[in-house]
Amino acid sequence: MNLFSKTAAELLELLKNRDISAREIVTSVFNRIESVDSKVNAFAQTDKESALKQADAIDKKRSAGEPLGMLAGIPVALKDNLCRTGYRTSCGSKILSSYKAVYNATVVQKLITADAVFIGNANMDEFAMGSSCERSIYGATHNPWNISCAPGGSSGGSAAAVAADETILALGSDTGGSIRQPASFCGIVGLKPTYGLVSRFGLIAYASSLDQIGPLTKDVYDSALLLENISGYDPSDSTSIKQNPFSYTSTLKESIKGLRIGIPQEYFIGGLDSEVASHIQSAIKLLAECGAEIIDISLPHTEYAVATYYIIATAEASSNLARFDGVRYGYRTEESSDLHDMYFKTRSEGFGDEVKRRILLGTYVLSSGYYDAYYKKAQQVRTLICRDFENAFQKVDCIITPTAPSPAFKISEKIDDPLTMYLSDIFTISVNLAGLPGISIPCGFSSSRLPIGMQIIGKPLGEQTILRCAYTFERNTPFRTMKPTLE
Amino acid sequence: MAFSEKDVDYTAALARIHVSEDDKKVFAVQLEHILAYVNKLNELDTQQVEPTAHILPLKNVFRPDTAMKNPASDAAVQQAPYFNDTFYRVPPVIE
Repeated sequence: MNLFSKTAAELLELLKNRDISAREIVTSVFNRIESVDSKVNAFAQTDKESALKQADAIDKKRSAGEPLGMLAGIPVALKDNLCRTGYRTSCGSKILSSYKAVYNATVVQKLITADAVFIGNANMDEFAMGSSCERSIYGATHNPWNISCAPGGSSGGSAAAVAADETILALGSDTGGSIRQPASFCGIVGLKPTYGLVSRFGLIAYASSLDQIGPLTKDVYDSALLLENISGYDPSDSTSIKQNPFSYTSTLKESIKGLRIGIPQEYFIGGLDSEVASHIQSAIKLLAECGAEIIDISLPHTEYAVATYYIIATAEASSNLARFDGVRYGYRTEESSDLHDMYFKTRSEGFGDEVKRRILLGTYVLSSGYYDAYYKKAQQVRTLICRDFENAFQKVDCIITPTAPSPAFKISEKIDDPLTMYLSDIFTISVNLAGLPGISIPCGFSSSRLPIGMQIIGKPLGEQTILRCAYTFERNTPFRTMKPTLE
Repeated sequence: MAFSEKDVDYTAALARIHVSEDDKKVFAVQLEHILAYVNKLNELDTQQVEPTAHILPLKNVFRPDTAMKNPASDAAVQQAPYFNDTFYRVPPVIE
């Protein structure tokens, strides 16, 4: 078996026994990238030379008997919005196309401490605004299961790279479903942690009250392992939760007997693909057979989540993206008559259409005379959505829903219809609004051989519970071993 | 509520974005469509509901006011498209 197709846990075992070296893993992963990435286009950039150097340093440490980090020698891909000193961090945008980060994101620093090997930056929708990974200066990423389909977004490059075995681990960011929806489309595991569990320092902001960094991995164990290595309190992020480190891998194997799983009726409505519905129902049945108690619940404000999200997220984005004005970073227009003209031209030339659309929408809902009608109203509905979950979690320990209303759609199918594209995040958005953890794991395949994802939502800081539930499901189903045929 | 091309102009000016005549037509239709959809929030009576800006019960986070040197400040300035030494260079601000 090729090293590139293994999980981090499998490779760590081989490394520990000195059966393989970090250099061999990195070489194997780059061979894979060279053979399939022309079809997938998962990366914004890769750096083989630097990755081999990092691997050699780790191999040397190992031979010298020096202490090693928990991910020593394991390749990881970063989403193109995570800062790593000296490397281009462009958010898939022309406006940052020449920007090189001048400091490490906290998650990057933690991965350096863990001795992980950085192989490159994964492609993404520009500024994480999209659900298809088509809106990037690096071109569209393709779904490894069917290259005419989108991998989902915005962390589509991270998800496709993991699914195509072009990396072992990847990090993404999730503002309205941007880790979980691509994980669902690509048949892998994607976890959005509780808001505040993972530091956002060094993540280029889209919507600060919703953004959260999380792992995209080949299985649930690796997800827990990567979360363990990136979570924890960070004084550089004022929204970081003061929490002691937790070993998520150590509680995965505990039984789910008696676990109360809520099924919200509002997620099984018209518009849900019938194959998705039937696979989720089978998954729920399997979890019941494993000892879980299945309880019907209601999340009555679900239908208002997308509208709430597109007011709050665009309002925050219009403010966050005001800093890109051609003065301090990246791109500046060639010619301008004065400062004002330079701002207008730089922003108009540097941002793509979807980013402009969201900045306009966000600016409008915050503008004089509309603030109460839109922004304040959305924040009030956000309270109602949070209360729905608080009430549900009185009765249950976690909640199961489909991750997305359909399997992967075709590339360019929804690109001209923003509202339809926004509605593809309908099942993931509420989780961000309420700041909860959510994981997507594969639960079946459609008749056209496209993966289907199941979402497990937890209480605040309930990662341990959702990972345990996901692990039990994974170990009782064959989906973890299934791979796309890209050759 | 209709979202006109004039609204696009007004909002784009606030956001410091220039929108071409062709894009203006497209954006007006798309934004009207999106605003019509988000207006469904008005079905809910929220008069007695507190707004949620943030899900964590965090208040201001203070730290000791200690002077620290940012080791990356020179590198940060050098990321600007135009700079002189430790200053950003911009076009004329006043005529």
